Amino acid sequence: MSLLELSHVTVQVTDRSLRRAQRKTILEDLSFSVESGDLLMLAGPNGAGKSTIVNTIAGAVPYSGRILFEGQDVAGFSSVERARRIGILSQSHFVNYSFTVGEVVSMGRYAYSPSVFSAKAPDEQEQIEKALEMTGLTPIRDRSVLSLSGGELQRVFLAQLFVQDPQVLILDEPSNHLDISYQQQIFELIFRWLRAEDSRKPKAVMMIVHDLSLARAFGGKGLLLDQGKICGFGKPEDVFSETALNQVYGTDVAAYMRKLMEGWNL
Amino acid sequence: MKISNQDRFSFPVLLIFFGISVCVFILCVCLGSVMVPLGDTLAVIRNAIARAPQPELSAVPIILNVRLPRVLCVFLTGASLAICGAAMQGLLRNSLADGSTLGVSTGASLGAALAIVFGFNVPSLPFAGTMIMAIIFAFLSLMIILTLAYRLDYSLSTNTIILLGVIFSMFVSSILSLVITFASDKVKNIVFWTMGSLSGSSYANAIVLFVVLMICGTVLMSLSRELNAFAIGEEEARHIGVPIRRVKLMVLITVSVLIGVCVSIGGSIGFVGLVTPHMVRLITGPNHKKLMVACLLGGGTFLMLCDLTARMLLRPVELPLGVVTSLIGAVVFVFIYANSREVKR
Repeated sequence: MSLLELSHVTVQVTDRSLRRAQRKTILEDLSFSVESGDLLMLAGPNGAGKSTIVNTIAGAVPYSGRILFEGQDVAGFSSVERARRIGILSQSHFVNYSFTVGEVVSMGRYAYSPSVFSAKAPDEQEQIEKALEMTGLTPIRDRSVLSLSGGELQRVFLAQLFVQDPQVLILDEPSNHLDISYQQQIFELIFRWLRAEDSRKPKAVMMIVHDLSLARAFGGKGLLLDQGKICGFGKPEDVFSETALNQVYGTDVAAYMRKLMEGWNL
Repeated sequence: MKISNQDRFSFPVLLIFFGISVCVFILCVCLGSVMVPLGDTLAVIRNAIARAPQPELSAVPIILNVRLPRVLCVFLTGASLAICGAAMQGLLRNSLADGSTLGVSTGASLGAALAIVFGFNVPSLPFAGTMIMAIIFAFLSLMIILTLAYRLDYSLSTNTIILLGVIFSMFVSSILSLVITFASDKVKNIVFWTMGSLSGSSYANAIVLFVVLMICGTVLMSLSRELNAFAIGEEEARHIGVPIRRVKLMVLITVSVLIGVCVSIGGSIGFVGLVTPHMVRLITGPNHKKLMVACLLGGGTFLMLCDLTARMLLRPVELPLGVVTSLIGAVVFVFIYANSREVKR
């Protein structure tokens, strides 16, 4: 049984910008699955519907079709049940209030004690300490999140996700706006989480990336999306092949990449 | 760089907050057009609580029948409005959201005015009619503003909310003026709701406020973790498992009830819910678990001081309480807005 499976998922919105409101299809009859241990890289041009897939799985967008988690329809899950299984990292965060790093990270435990009256899990504090340690946030746990850099803030929300302890991590461009060293850190953290051996539960990661070289280098599986439809799904080297990319992006991708790498003498 | 909020607000600080509230409360009972010595005031209150016979003092009826119910109502109203402000600022992730900036109080006043004009009454419960109408209109106002805001700008940015609040307030005020024009015989009654004053409050008012505050305050405080999540962002709240719709609806209904009751008793008293959470947050940090408790005491104290100013500033003339809070609040509002813009730059 697949860990996460999308079956004939279609998302339509009403476009009000037109004079007569029209139904616009964002995702069309999408079917793919994420197996235990998978690291799925999701790529595609702007407006292909990548973020909509994330929002659909998050339950923020009405859709037709079925999304299954270990064979169970997620539509039947409560918000808390869903959060315990599927963790999502948004593309960007705009925090307005001066919560501390520790406070934001510990919010990830919400799904395990959703009522103020419910008892806290005995290992809660331990989980939080572990996540802070893993992401290197322990020294700044009392700092206000307003004072953090983009890379630090991204690590805070990643730590919150680790504390949430889901089985499937869905990351919307986790290395967006980050410099190379932070990018590397974030990817290493995600790999460590996926490969951590202390966990008994099956785990998988699904990640949206803009950088195609990242997708090919790190992906265990690839999914290429164009105009709400799947153009390829499977091994990254097959999915992100030269012909497929050229067709989807409408430009000679390989030539561009060669040009980028020319000056490096690697 | 900001200092950590983690340990700035603890039990001793809460005790200090409480102590200040009690001191201000007693001060407010003592001071007024007739000054009562502190010793007499304390003796009268002590006797009243112990049901002991009162001394032969001219101040006894003033304290028991005028000052005490009024200051109680002022405290409870301030506490209610402040906790509403804190909850809305968390829910909407916007430190300028409040009953008065969003136009909810104005909406509630309109409800109360309509109840008076059309003689909407609940038999045997004298102020239930205006109260129910105020609550309904407060809720409707919130729904209208938020629906419009979501339609126009899903991120609910400060500018959208404030602009809509202003427009909505103006719209409701003009309807209110219209109502006043057509019901000239009840002008005095209606104007009261738009100005806000607690000068004629009774113990019955205080009891209603207390009961409603206990219920709504408990609901809001039990949602403090959800409000924390909303304060980070609605999307983030959804991702960690908060039932978005249910929590939002619960907060909005609770806030409408509280604001509606406050308006039906004291009229529209602006800016308390805006200013208090903002000042309290500087001490407690944004965590709603601490923020809302501190807001109860802070809001009550702030409004008692405003009421004292209203009574004492131009003695023996008394200013309407709503005028004083709006004067103070408007200045603070500009200050907050200017600051929030600086952060963005």
